[in-house]
Amino acid sequence: MTPSTAEAVLFWVLAPIMVLAAGGLLFARKAVHAALCVITVMISLAFLYVAQEAPFLGVVQVVVYTGAVMMLFLFVLMLVGVDASDSLVETLRGQRWIGWVAALGLGVVLVGVVGRTVYPDAVGLGDANGATNPVGVARIIFGQHVFALEVVGALLVTAALGALVLTHRQRLKPVVRQRERAAARVKAGARLTPLPAPGVYARHNAMDVPALDPDGNPIEESVPRVLRIRGQEAGTDAFHADTYRRAVTAVLAQRGVTATDAEVDAALGTTEDDPRPPAAPPGTTAGPTTDITLGEGSTGTETQP
Amino acid sequence: MTLTHYLVLSAILFSLGAATVLLRRNAIIVFMGVELMLNATNLALVTFARLHGDLTGQVMAFFVMVVAAAEVVVGLAIIVSIFRTRKSASVDDINLLKS
Repeated sequence: MTPSTAEAVLFWVLAPIMVLAAGGLLFARKAVHAALCVITVMISLAFLYVAQEAPFLGVVQVVVYTGAVMMLFLFVLMLVGVDASDSLVETLRGQRWIGWVAALGLGVVLVGVVGRTVYPDAVGLGDANGATNPVGVARIIFGQHVFALEVVGALLVTAALGALVLTHRQRLKPVVRQRERAAARVKAGARLTPLPAPGVYARHNAMDVPALDPDGNPIEESVPRVLRIRGQEAGTDAFHADTYRRAVTAVLAQRGVTATDAEVDAALGTTEDDPRPPAAPPGTTAGPTTDITLGEGSTGTETQP
Repeated sequence: MTLTHYLVLSAILFSLGAATVLLRRNAIIVFMGVELMLNATNLALVTFARLHGDLTGQVMAFFVMVVAAAEVVVGLAIIVSIFRTRKSASVDDINLLKS
């Protein structure tokens, strides 16, 4: 039995993709990219399983590996923080070189042994898959390997319990609910009403532009807290409504005086070169960065831009 | 092509997974390297099943998948709890036993 031409085409299309994706796992800087590369490898493997007369394993590969395991990886990546990248500091001297040499040596040995061995003529699974592949696999699992299957079931239950125990967190402080928060606000004399929405009466409607109060002054707390902590708000100076300047200009215009910006500046006693500076790029405005506590649920990584 | 090509591909994938385990510092990526190695062995098992005309190889691959699923659940739980206490997912930071 030799593989058909179609299978050869499938293999030669998928094999380079898989090796490239596996290399992506090795070299990708961001963990999410590495996870996507592994997902590529796993889906390609499912194709190869189906081509290799193992349709049951192909389906299980997609359902269990890409569907469950890799999604679990992505969930944990989101929990741990997508930014968590590798440190380049070597704590063990020469570990990187030894690692490269060991991995390369392992690859050369494996490929050499596997590639140079003479195998018997391939039998193919035509007979074994006579009553369809899932039935054949089931006969072996529930025939010769029943005990192993039971043990594996116990293992899965144990693993689920283990995950629950390992990620369990003891509650050390009392729960702070809405009622307690409200009471604390009243006690502290803080703002009781909801915060104004950002940007509503300002020149833009974006989240990072502070709202303006009736005097035209920006209300800094109208910008969402996360944006303020990251320093991504669009700056309060840039969106000052300049109502006083406008009023002066309007009064002067009523009297028939057309004043230039410079003359108004002189009359107002302000010497702004550019009364409306452009909005600062994200990350450059000075905002509170460390002095805001985000409470118990914080991972401490929110302040890192 | 012959079935040997599948085995060589499986060997290459296994070594790339091993290299990931040896060279990367992020615990989650290291873990994905382990998964890649398990997948590579599965490919070899499926290929050997076809080579010998015996479905037992596929059954072994099936068991590897189930055990890998259990292993991932526990391993990721350990990574999450380490991250909670040490605020880091780097395998180099876990050197409490170093004198």
